[in-house]
Amino acid sequence: MSDRENLLVILLTSLAALVLNILPLPGWLPVIRPAFLVLTVLYWSTMTPFVAGAALGFIAGLFLDVFQGTLLGEHALALSFVTYLALRFNLLMRAKPIFEQSLYVLVALVAYETFLWVIDGWTGRSLSSPLRWVHTLVGALVWPVVVGVLGRFHAAR
Amino acid sequence: MAGFGTSVGRPIYGRGPSPGLRFTVYALLSLTVMYLDQRARWSQRLHYGLEAAAYPVQVAVNSPAAALHWLTDSFSTRNMLRAQNLQLHRQVQALQLALLRQQALERENAQLRELRVALPALVKKWQVAEVIGVEAVPLRQRLIINKGAHDGVHINQPVVDGSGVLGQVAHVGPWSSEVILITDPEHAIPVQITRSGLRTIAVGSGNADELLLTYLAVNSDVKSGDLLVSSGLGGVFPAGYPVGRITGVRREPSQLVAQVQAEPAGRIDRAREVMLIDFDSASPAAPPAAQALTEASPPPPPPVASTGNSVDASGGGSSSAGSGAAGRPAKKKGRAKP
Repeated sequence: MSDRENLLVILLTSLAALVLNILPLPGWLPVIRPAFLVLTVLYWSTMTPFVAGAALGFIAGLFLDVFQGTLLGEHALALSFVTYLALRFNLLMRAKPIFEQSLYVLVALVAYETFLWVIDGWTGRSLSSPLRWVHTLVGALVWPVVVGVLGRFHAAR
Repeated sequence: MAGFGTSVGRPIYGRGPSPGLRFTVYALLSLTVMYLDQRARWSQRLHYGLEAAAYPVQVAVNSPAAALHWLTDSFSTRNMLRAQNLQLHRQVQALQLALLRQQALERENAQLRELRVALPALVKKWQVAEVIGVEAVPLRQRLIINKGAHDGVHINQPVVDGSGVLGQVAHVGPWSSEVILITDPEHAIPVQITRSGLRTIAVGSGNADELLLTYLAVNSDVKSGDLLVSSGLGGVFPAGYPVGRITGVRREPSQLVAQVQAEPAGRIDRAREVMLIDFDSASPAAPPAAQALTEASPPPPPPVASTGNSVDASGGGSSSAGSGAAGRPAKKKGRAKP
């Protein structure tokens, strides 16, 4: 499999994840919606660290900022950090069984949300409702599903 | 678990800079962008461009809902259309009746103000925009609409629907804009209680069905069921538009302020179409010349701190002196109308 092909798959799945991320949902569903784009970026930068890296995280973050109307660069910083974690610990993480991976994912997501939380606080947009942390737990829980789905694209060749 | 062996046959280390260095570079880049977005004006351009890039995806995301709407529209039966037509007909009649009465009132009002000509209409121009996206993040109450700078939408433009104020435009893209709703925690709207004439500020709560009036003293004249209208202070919303209705007042003697909730009058979370209005600044109900305000800031600074010595807050609207907490200070000289 070539890097180019791989990159295409990465971009398309990231786009799909972005759409899932911003799809309007009724009622309480947005609260428990996992951060699909973050999970996707995390998956690709863990599994193919030479193709998807910090650049993907940064650009995906910028898109999140635009779509969610947050301060430009906020999600970009948080996602860059997530990709940093992924690049740094990808060998360690790939060697673990899937449910242990979920724990690592939880840590990464909490770090991600902490970045957002701190930046929100600094810029006076503090929306410090405990609900904002719910998605980290949900994200860790759906990680096996993410691996299953994205692994299918990954193994298809 | 499929695909663990992607990088087999490649050197594991030694390709490109280290993760730490890369992160540092991107972190610095992010911080720069953040700083610019927060402080510098020209980053609006960057935002504008990105918003343009985002538009196709927003449309795509909205397309299933739009398609469903279109389908139900095109397959609605003749009977349904007839019933709807009849209903609209009645509605038009009722509105015409109300309008007749309003014209009479306007003339009377002009006479009372000893003007020879009727006052200009408040709304100069309005356009309908469709909602193509709602903010997905909990607590953030925002809408994306399908009109942008190309249609003459500008920042801080008031957004209303048939039943009340919805919010104001926060970001403008070429073909789409983002609307901050009055229920967003970052939004505050100067309001007036019609029964008592009391002016105060309604802050968003983050729930689509609740506004908070956090600046009312514990002994203020307010009770459940009172109607709130926009007061016209603050330079964004024209006076007299319905904002909400008080739903609960809790007074604790030990506290200085009462805890007052209201529910918004506009159909905040159900609106499919919204109206963007441009008002005529010559009308007395229009807010005093709107400064290029950025996003509405929740707790407005007390008027004392404003650039006080120049022409004071205009006498333009309904006399704007009064309760200290109300409204942002009008920084520009108002258009003083007789």
